[in-house]
Parts: sequence; structure tokens; C-alpha cells
Amino acid sequence: MRSCRDISALVSQELDKKLSLSERLSVGLHVMMCNRCRNFQTQSRFIRKAARRYTDELQSRLDNKS
Amino acid sequence: MNDTLLTEQTLAVQRPVLFRYALLQLRDSELADDAVQETLLAAWQSAAGFEGKAGLRTWLIGILKHKIADHWRRSAREAVAPTFDRTDEGDGEAEEDDYFMSSGHWNGGPKAWADPEAALKQQEFWAIYEVCQNNLPPKMANVFMLRELVGLDADEVCREAGLSDANYWVTMHRARLRLRECLDIRWFNNTKQEQHHA
Ligand SMILES: [Zn+2]
Repeated sequence: MRSCRDISALVSQELDKKLSLSERLSVGLHVMMCNRCRNFQTQSRFIRKAARRYTDELQSRLDNKS
Repeated sequence: MNDTLLTEQTLAVQRPVLFRYALLQLRDSELADDAVQETLLAAWQSAAGFEGKAGLRTWLIGILKHKIADHWRRSAREAVAPTFDRTDEGDGEAEEDDYFMSSGHWNGGPKAWADPEAALKQQEFWAIYEVCQNNLPPKMANVFMLRELVGLDADEVCREAGLSDANYWVTMHRARLRLRECLDIRWFNNTKQEQHHA
């Protein structure tokens, strides 16, 4: 059984590369039972989404200023 | 893609990435646009200088960096924005231990967030997001921004930031842990400012 520390690291990696089948299974089973890792997973995905939108937000803010 | 074949089209598809890179540093759409334009022009004119080894985007960013440096020199101003080549001092290996107990369980750990999508529509949220992003240690911030804001691939980020594979995973993971915690404290579970959620 992998710890939350290990699972959260895999959750991060999953955003950048394809995990192995056994890693994906571990993550999937773990987040079904663990609220906190599940929250970390959804929130990490949200942070990615926010980060991608940030430059657009920055640009419109800068353009409005001038 | 045939790396040795440079066409206007293969250059043009790199424009958005180059623009975001320039915008984050120059903090001005027009200046950023100019720098990208000059970069693409210079690339087009010196296509022979492209060896295809390091990858097209890495080569273009190399040119763009010079254009940005030229700009700061001309305007005789200090670069205030991220320079993308800083290092973190005293960023200890033990840092992750703030987030986990020795057993490997979360120390505290992520609580649920109410309606994150709604936050994206609020100006106040973006101000907080920016604070949290700026609170990352400089090098960590660079790596995170090159990957998530500029949109480089992981291996391009490693090349730009001079990181090993293993360092990259650790850095990105810590950046997410930190950003998540900061957004949690300052926005999503901030009991002092309930009006945000009204
Ligand atoms: Zn867990």
C-alpha cells in the first residue's frame, strides 16, 4: 500500500507523463478511498487550468491599463 | 517534423508560446509582440544557424532572450519581471516534510474547495493567484511558469532551467503543493473573507 506522500507525487507526475498501468491502478484505488489525495488531484488539475489562463488574464489587465 | 526544414508555417506555430514567454518578462503586449516579430524575422533570416539538435523552440527562445535583453538595455531599465534563470538558495530537501508526516500521511492535507470554477471569473481571485505564484522560490517559480504558463514541454523546461528529470518532478510537485496551500489559505478556505464566496 503506497502512502499519501507517494500517491500525491504520482498525481503530480500524471499531469506531465503517462504513468505505468500499475501506477495508474494504485492512484485510482487510493483516491477512491482517500479524500485528501482526491482533493489534491482535483485541485492540481484546477491549478493547471488557472495557470494556463493566467497569461490571458495578465494580458487583458495590462492592455486595459494602457 | 523535419527539423532542418524551416518554413514560415513551422515558425508561425511557435508564435503563441514565444508571445507568452515575452509577455511574462516584458509585461506589455505591444513590446512582447515586437520582440516575437523580431525573433521570427531573425530566425527566418538565419535559418542556416539552426542546427536542429536542440529543437526549434529552444533555438527560438534563445533568440527571443537576446531580443528581450536588447530591450532592457535600450530602455536602460532593470528587468523587473522573472528572468527565468535564477537559482534558489537554501531550498532544503526536507521541505516536503512540511506537508507530510513521517508515516507518509498528509499533515493536515487538502480540504475540499467550493466551486473553483467560479473563482476564475473573479478579479480578486487572480490577484491572489498572482501573489501565490510570486511566493514560490524563484527557481521553482521559473520552472512552473515555463511549463504551465508559457507551455513548454517537460524536456524543454529541463533544458531551459538546467534540471535533471528527477529534479523536474520534485520541483513541479513542490510548486503544486505550495500553490495549492497558498490558494487554500488565501482564497478557498479563507474564513476571514467570506464575501468572496457570496
Ligand atoms: Zn491519500
